[in-house]
Amino acid sequence: MKDPTTFFSGSSPTEADEPQLTRCRSSRRAFIKGVIASGAVAASSAYFLSGCTPGEGPAAGSVERLISLHINGKIRRVDVLPNETLAMTLRYKLGLTGTKLACDRGECGACTVVIDGVTNYSCSTLTHTVGARSVRTIEGLEGPDGELHPIQQAFIDELGPQCGFCTPGQIMSTVALLEKNPRPTREEARRALSGNLCRCGAYDHYLNSVMRAAEVI
Amino acid sequence: MAYTLLGKNFTPPDIRGKVTGKAKFAEDFRAEGMVYCKLLLSPMPHARVSNIDVSDALAMDGVVGVLTADDVPAMEGAAQAILTNNPHYVGDPILAVAAIDETTAADALEKIRYDIEPLDFVLDPLQSLYPGGTNAQVKGNVANAGIPLQELKWTARDFASADTDQFPMTGKAVSEWSYGNLEQEFSAAAVVYDESFVTASNSHHSMEPRSAMSYWENGKCFLFGSSQSQSFMIPGLAAYIGIEPEDLVYIAEYCGGGFGSKGAPYPIMALPAHMSKKIGRPVMMRISRAEEYYLGSNRAGFQGRVKVGVARNGKVTAVDLYIVQSGGPHGGFPDFNSAAGAVSICYQPNAMQYRGIPVLTNTPPGGAQRGPGQNQIAMVMEPLLDKAARELGIDRLEIRRINAPNNDTIFGGRQRSVTSAYQTEALNKGALAFNWEQTKKRSGERNGSKVIGVGIGQAYHSAGAAGFDGLLRIAPDGRLHIHSGVGNLGTYSYAATSRIVAEVLHCKWENCVIERGDTRKHLPWNFGQFGSNTSFTMSRSNHAAAMDARQKLLEIAAAEFGGSADEYDLGEETVFSKADAAKKLTYSQAAQRAIDMGGKYAGHEIPDDLNPMTRASATAIAGTGLIGVAKDNYALDGSPPALAAGFMVIELDTETGKFEILEYNGVIDCGTVIHPLGLASQVKGGAVMGIGLASTERIVYDPQNGLPANVGFHQAKPPSYLDVPSRLGSDAVDIADPQNPMGIRGMGEPVMGCAASALICAISDALGGHYFNRTPIVPDMIINAIAGREQSHKPLQVYTF
Repeated sequence: MKDPTTFFSGSSPTEADEPQLTRCRSSRRAFIKGVIASGAVAASSAYFLSGCTPGEGPAAGSVERLISLHINGKIRRVDVLPNETLAMTLRYKLGLTGTKLACDRGECGACTVVIDGVTNYSCSTLTHTVGARSVRTIEGLEGPDGELHPIQQAFIDELGPQCGFCTPGQIMSTVALLEKNPRPTREEARRALSGNLCRCGAYDHYLNSVMRAAEVI
Repeated sequence: MAYTLLGKNFTPPDIRGKVTGKAKFAEDFRAEGMVYCKLLLSPMPHARVSNIDVSDALAMDGVVGVLTADDVPAMEGAAQAILTNNPHYVGDPILAVAAIDETTAADALEKIRYDIEPLDFVLDPLQSLYPGGTNAQVKGNVANAGIPLQELKWTARDFASADTDQFPMTGKAVSEWSYGNLEQEFSAAAVVYDESFVTASNSHHSMEPRSAMSYWENGKCFLFGSSQSQSFMIPGLAAYIGIEPEDLVYIAEYCGGGFGSKGAPYPIMALPAHMSKKIGRPVMMRISRAEEYYLGSNRAGFQGRVKVGVARNGKVTAVDLYIVQSGGPHGGFPDFNSAAGAVSICYQPNAMQYRGIPVLTNTPPGGAQRGPGQNQIAMVMEPLLDKAARELGIDRLEIRRINAPNNDTIFGGRQRSVTSAYQTEALNKGALAFNWEQTKKRSGERNGSKVIGVGIGQAYHSAGAAGFDGLLRIAPDGRLHIHSGVGNLGTYSYAATSRIVAEVLHCKWENCVIERGDTRKHLPWNFGQFGSNTSFTMSRSNHAAAMDARQKLLEIAAAEFGGSADEYDLGEETVFSKADAAKKLTYSQAAQRAIDMGGKYAGHEIPDDLNPMTRASATAIAGTGLIGVAKDNYALDGSPPALAAGFMVIELDTETGKFEILEYNGVIDCGTVIHPLGLASQVKGGAVMGIGLASTERIVYDPQNGLPANVGFHQAKPPSYLDVPSRLGSDAVDIADPQNPMGIRGMGEPVMGCAASALICAISDALGGHYFNRTPIVPDMIINAIAGREQSHKPLQVYTF
């Protein structure tokens, strides 16, 4: 039988579904194309994960390939499956668990990373498509001696996070925004972060954080 | 009273982890040899599973085990099991497969053969109450906390007693109370309204799905879970796992949102523990977003009817309320009863009758969601108050002041008193910030197709409990360790209430360490972090422990320098003689003296009235410093309330039915403010959730097949940045409550309900006072109302688009 988690998901992705994705380089359509191009077979599972356990190889039928990723200024060599998302590579192969998975389908922005200066949903980015581009995650913001990035400090000073699960994504969207537009209006900040859901509803405090960070950067 | 720490902002110790990505949530933990499990979920809303054959799955390379309902405790009555062969909703977990990776586990699920026999299912509680109607469980259709599983049907006469569009009021209830002379009050009322209503069920949408990881080591079960609460989880989780509480090591330092759905132990969290025990390896159970929508929980939906009588002077004099709750297949939370209590305290009618039934439905498990019951009913009642105000020619702010609860308020079926209540002050403060007198004049202002609506909303939740324990340790290095077992749902109240200890003991905050989030930190027995109770409850128990430590410090100084304890005082992390400041001990020295003196000072002797969990924790740290430990035995007479008022302006487009919120101000009556930024964040965040509750969020079901239509954020619609104003206003009354040592009450839930009801009232106001009888109010309902068309749903229909 089919896994009901995908069988009954209720809608198929269309471009109309993704107004919040227009700022991302990899759209859901590109993601799906990538899956097809990489030869991955769409299974009923929502997740593809293999080779994370020492001493045990990848699952039958899938082939990992060793690639080099540029993560937070370092070159990381990692074995990657054709259908593996960047979020899974970061979280399960590179130990970078600051990038969160909340929807795994490009709806919420908890997994936002910055690739060559542009925000991307890492749950909807195939690792093999990243190539030599520079990936930045929440772990890459602190200075060499652990000093906080001014954006991180601003998020603390304004008590930006509540539960904190969406916070890395909110901060990475802020990083991309302020690099492109160091003095945004509050409305511009609101638009820039609108692809990052927060169920605690901490939007006001997050925007206060962004505006404070813009003052000090 | 002037405090050094309370009422001031601070940096909570857990926030750095949140902004650096170092905070570890359940799915961020790893263990040597960890495998992954995936769940086989029911494709049917009600079914019987048999002849499960897992042999092909187990024969696959990489598959390490299967867990079925036979491997986990069977549940009694209507209770939810960890796994079941009798699924009661689409997505109910039937079994789990563990494998070396998730792909293999998912592939193995495909190889499992089983027979599944569909059973009749029901989504609409009223249909279940019909004579011969379907029961959501084979053995019955009614159950809830304290209400055993039973079958209850109304008669055909009951249904015939009301118009088909109206909720019938004669059917038998299982929960009821009344006071006053209802008939007399209704006949004397100047206006009487009688409205049937539906409030939709909605999901919690916690950003972190309820993933969990577990392994066993040296006879103990280690469980990494997602929960709002810490100590409160232990007994129930241990029972789900089938072990003694002392054999559970529970780690939950961070919780990525719960909103009530992770406040108490929930069955699925115990699954990886059972699987790990069976296969002898660590097990990670990742719950997907869709799975979270299936087996996470929902706020209960209501079908009901309320009759309200209001006197000429605007006083609500009579209320007759009947609620049928749709609470999922296991009963869910008693939202229906809470709603009735909220009506009673918010308006204090001279006479009130309440009846309710929690009906089981083949929908996801019901659970408490922020203001469970109180916030639904606020959206039903507040627009009726506006209706009365309009008809009686009373200002909408004034009619709320006339009915506002105060220190003399008596409420509910048990006619309880309150510890204190300042809703009039909340309304006044909000009205001032909102400039009510001017802003209300904008009501009905038109700009092309757009029209302005102005609304006020109110809500209530109880705000505290008593009788839990506090535990602290002053170490020989002089640091103050505050042991907090309350949990961390993201409000920082665990930290704000820990500061009470530092305040009482005159400690610098920099010298304090909060021990929390892990059983191994030796935590006291504390209440769960839910129900707006933490600030009140934890401040009392922490104060009790701090006062115990204070007394011990004074006695140690007296033993050192002579005289009696009352000749000494505390200041700047020293205990000193009031007569001779040179006679003093630093806390570091006092902690060493406590160890030397032993006995009660070092925690070797502890009070008899402590909970066993606190006793074990205090005993474990005995001899390591000065131990402060006590149960909160402070008097509590009456119920501590949290009351809130919200003020909102919207601009509604009469052509599209959509609206923009132009301004919002929320004010909370929660006693002394201890953490201003935290409070502001709650008032505003609560408003965002309230806006979703009132206007976008609802569960939709396919009535023919019992399939949920919204199992993703996009379909279930929690508000985004663009759905709410980028600035929201917040304030607090800030008048101390007499029954808390620091004057503190809780606040988390009504700040949502007041915004939700303010939005409902603002929409109604924009449409000249139209009463919708249904929440959320979605654009097509607004368009139909403007056009004078019938709505697309039947008046009492549930789970509609």
